Amino acid sequence: MSSAILKPLPRWADVVLLPILNLALAFIVSGLVVLAIGQDPLAALNAIVTGAFGNGYNFGYTLYYSTNFMFTGLAVAVAAHAGLFNIGGNGQAYIAGLGVIAVALPLQFLPWWITFPIAIVAGAAVGGLWGFIPGWLQAKRGSHVVITTIMFNFIAAAIMVYMVVNVLKPAGILAPESAMIAPEGRMPKLGAFIPWFKNTDVNFTLVLALICLVGAYILIWHTRFGFAMRALGQNPTATRYAGMSNSRIIMIVMTMSGALAGMVAVNQVVGVQYRLVLDYVADAGFVGIAVALMGRNHPIGILLAAVLFGALYQGGNELQYVIPGLSKEMVVVIQALVILFTGAMEGLFRPGLQRIFMTLSPRQKAAAIEANSVKSGS
Amino acid sequence: MTEPVQNGDNQQRSQGAAASDLAQSDLAIELIGINKRFGAVHANKDIDLKVRRGSVHGIVGENGAGKSTLMSILYGFYTADSGEIRVNGTPHAITDSRHALALGIGMVHQHFMLVDNFSILENVVLGAEDSALLGPSLDRAKKELTRLAKEYRLDVNPDAIIEDVSVGTQQRVEILKALYRGADVLILDEPTGVLTPAEADDLFRVLRTLRDQGKTIILITHKLREIMAITDYVSVMRQGAMVDTLKTSDTNPEQLAELMVGRRVLLRVEKTAAKPGDTFLSVENLVVKDDLGVTRVKDVSFTVRAGEIVGIAGVAGNGQSELLESVSGMRDQTSGIVRLKGTPLSLEGDDGAHRARKAGLAHVPEDRQRMGLITAFEEWENAMLGYEDDPAYGKGIILDIPSAQAQARERIKKFDIRPANERLKTANFSGGNQQKIVLAREMERNPDVLIVGQPTRGVDIGAIEFIHNQIIKMRDAGKAILVVSVELDEIRSLADRILVMFDGHIVGEADPATATEGELGLMMAGGTDRKAPQARVAAEGETP
Repeated sequence: MSSAILKPLPRWADVVLLPILNLALAFIVSGLVVLAIGQDPLAALNAIVTGAFGNGYNFGYTLYYSTNFMFTGLAVAVAAHAGLFNIGGNGQAYIAGLGVIAVALPLQFLPWWITFPIAIVAGAAVGGLWGFIPGWLQAKRGSHVVITTIMFNFIAAAIMVYMVVNVLKPAGILAPESAMIAPEGRMPKLGAFIPWFKNTDVNFTLVLALICLVGAYILIWHTRFGFAMRALGQNPTATRYAGMSNSRIIMIVMTMSGALAGMVAVNQVVGVQYRLVLDYVADAGFVGIAVALMGRNHPIGILLAAVLFGALYQGGNELQYVIPGLSKEMVVVIQALVILFTGAMEGLFRPGLQRIFMTLSPRQKAAAIEANSVKSGS
Repeated sequence: MTEPVQNGDNQQRSQGAAASDLAQSDLAIELIGINKRFGAVHANKDIDLKVRRGSVHGIVGENGAGKSTLMSILYGFYTADSGEIRVNGTPHAITDSRHALALGIGMVHQHFMLVDNFSILENVVLGAEDSALLGPSLDRAKKELTRLAKEYRLDVNPDAIIEDVSVGTQQRVEILKALYRGADVLILDEPTGVLTPAEADDLFRVLRTLRDQGKTIILITHKLREIMAITDYVSVMRQGAMVDTLKTSDTNPEQLAELMVGRRVLLRVEKTAAKPGDTFLSVENLVVKDDLGVTRVKDVSFTVRAGEIVGIAGVAGNGQSELLESVSGMRDQTSGIVRLKGTPLSLEGDDGAHRARKAGLAHVPEDRQRMGLITAFEEWENAMLGYEDDPAYGKGIILDIPSAQAQARERIKKFDIRPANERLKTANFSGGNQQKIVLAREMERNPDVLIVGQPTRGVDIGAIEFIHNQIIKMRDAGKAILVVSVELDEIRSLADRILVMFDGHIVGEADPATATEGELGLMMAGGTDRKAPQARVAAEGETP
C-alpha cells in the first residue's frame, strides 16, 4: 500500500536526529523506572553526567571504557561492511590476552614503547586468528559466521580459564591470574602526559584506538580492498561476477575484525591490570554491537557512541555512590535500556520520521513514489 | 474520443476507427480526465481510456510513461487528483484494492505476491478465507478451482507447493487468485517479463480463452511483439499523457514505437556484412553443472572469431546462463577448455572472473541488477566494479577517488547515460541507463572478447537502438562478440552466425540471413515439441 512508499531519511537525520531521539527515549524510560522506585530522575541524570564528565578523574575513566568500546565497535562495523555479523568480539578480545601476556611477560624489562607495538601485534594475531577460523569456516565450509562466532566465545572462555589457572598462574598465588608485568613494561597512563586525568586507567591505548578509527575509515572508503569489502556486503553475486574472491574477502575481514577486538586485550593487560585476569573483557564485545549499530558503522559515529557508552559505564558506577537508593543493579537496568533503545530498537522512530519528512517536503514524496514505481517495473 | 492529438496526422485515421468501434454500453472500464500529480511530477495528464468488454486491451509506453500509475489508480492503489472512473458505465470512486476487487477488477502484479511454501490451493484461499476454520474454505476453493480450470483451461495441481512449480504456473496461480475473487477485468503488469517464450505462448492462449469467455484483459507491456500478437486494442502513453488508442489490426510495430518514443525508431539493426578474422574465443567440450549439481551444459564446443557476432538462441533455461557464467569465470566448469586467442584461460575459483577480465574477456551479465551492478553504490563505484585493481584507479592499495569519478564522468558523456551524475545511487537510474553503465564499463577496456547476456532485457526502445549500435561498433573494431538472448528477434538481427542451444547442447547453427523463424523455433524446441514453434510462426508475420 502507499504507506510502504517511504523515502530514506536525509543523512543528517539518520546519523544525528535518530540516535538522539532513541537516546532521549531511553532516558525517559529510565527516568520512569527511577521514579517508580521512589528516586529523583533528574538527580540521577545529574549524577551520571557529573560522574562521567565532571572532572578529569571521572572523564579519564569514561575514556578508559570508551577505548574498549571503540575497538569492539570497529570490529563489528568492519565485518558489517562486508555483510558479516561478527558476534564473537567478546571471545576475540578475551583470547587475545594470551598473545599479549605471552610477549609482555618475557619482554617486561624492556621500555614500554618497545613492548607496546609487539603486544599490539601479538594481540592482533591471536584475536585475528579467533576471527579467521569462523571466517574460514564460512568461506570454505559454509558454516554461518553468526553461529560459529557465538560458539567461539564459549570456547575462548573455557580456554582462558584453563590457561590462566593451569598454565599462567604462578605457584603460590591463590587468585586465578598471571604474574604481574614489571613497571618498565607497563603502558603509561595518559595522566603521565596530561596531569588533568590524574591517575585514572585511561592509558596510551586510547591513542591506538583513535589511530584505528582513522585507519578503518581509510580502509573502508579509500582502499581497493575496502571497495571490494563493501561490494561483498551489498551483493555477493556481483563480487563473484567482478572476480573479487568472496572467500578471500571473508577470511581477511574476519581476521581484521578479530584483530581489532583483540586490541581490548592490549588496553586491559598492559594498560590497566598489568596481568592476565579472568573475564577482563566484561562484555565489551557485546556493547560493541550496540556501539556499531548506533554509530551507523562509521568511525565518527563509533567514536561518539563509544564515548556515550563509556560515560554510561563510568557515570553509572558513580551513580550508586551518589544516590544510595539506586543499587548497582539499577545502573545495569539503565545501561540495558540505553542499549535496547539505541541498539536493538534503533529503527523504532524511523518510519514516523520518514513520514514527517515526506509531509514536510512534497518533492521528496514525489521522488519516493517515482523511485518505487521504477523498482516495480514501469 | 477526446484525447488531444499530439503527434502527426497518421493517428487521426486510426483514432477514428477505434472510436467508432466503441459503443458506450460495451465498455467495461472508462477513465475520463484522470490526473495524478506526485509533487512536481505530473504522472498522469488528463487521461481518457475506454476498455471494451470482452477484449484484450494493451497499454504500451516506455518506463515512466505513467502506465503503472494509471493502473494503480484503477486498482485503487492511488486516488486520482481529478477525473472519473466508470465501471460498466457506473461512476465509482475506487478507494482501495478491496473495493476494486468488489467491482470485479483484479490485478496480476509483475512480481508475484505468493507464499512460497504454501500450496497453490492455500495461496488462492489466502485472504479470502470465509471462516476461522480452514477446512471448509479449502474444500470450497478446491471445487471452484476445478471449475475454473475446466472453464478457462487453467490446469494446475492445487496441492503443489509454490516453490516447486515453474514461474509460468505461479503466474497462473495469480490469475486464478483474481478469478477466484470474482474478477471480470484482469490487469496484467508486464506479465511475460519472467516467462520463457513457451510459457508466454501458453499465457496468451489462456488470455484468449478468458477473453472468449467474456472477461476483459488489460495488458501493460513494453514489448510490441506481444501487443501485436494478443491485443484487440492498444493505447500508447508517453510522458504521462495518452497519445493514442488504436485498433491493433490497424497498426504496426513501427508506428507504435514511434508513438511511444516520439521519434522514428529503427527496430531492425543496420549493419554491414561481418568480416571475420582470427579465432579469438574457442570453447572446447565444455561441461558445466548448476548449483544443484545438475549438468546444464553438455559437451559444448564453438568458436567466435574477431569481427563477428555469434548469437546463442534458445528457450531460457537450456543451459545458456550456465554457459555464460562458466566462460566468464563466474562458475566453475566440470571439464573443458576455454581459450582466448589460443591461450587456455584458468577460470577456477571464485576469482576466475578477475583472471578472465585480465586476459581480455569482458562480460555484460544477463541480470544487471543481481550480478552486473551494486545498486546501493554510486554510479562511479559501479563504473569500476571488477576493474578496481586497475592502475588507472590509483597507486598501491589506496583508491584515487577523484580520478575514478572523472573517468566515470567521461563514460557517462560517451554513452549518454542519464542523469549525467556519477554521484547518484545506481538504483535511481532507469533500466536502460543501468545497462549502459555496465556496457560502458565492459566495452571501454577494449577487451578482445565481449560476452553479452540479454543485451536489452527490460530496456526502453530508445536505448535498445543505442545498445545494439554499440555492440556492432565493437564488432567492426575487430572484437569477437558472443551474444546470448532469449529474444529471437534480437539474435536474428544482431548476430552474424546463430547457434541454437537446447537441453545443454548446441543443436544447430544457422545463418540469420537465410534461416526462418520457424526453422530456428524448431531447433530451439529440440525438434520434438511442435507447439511452441508453431505459436512463434503464427506471430512471425507481425514483426518486420
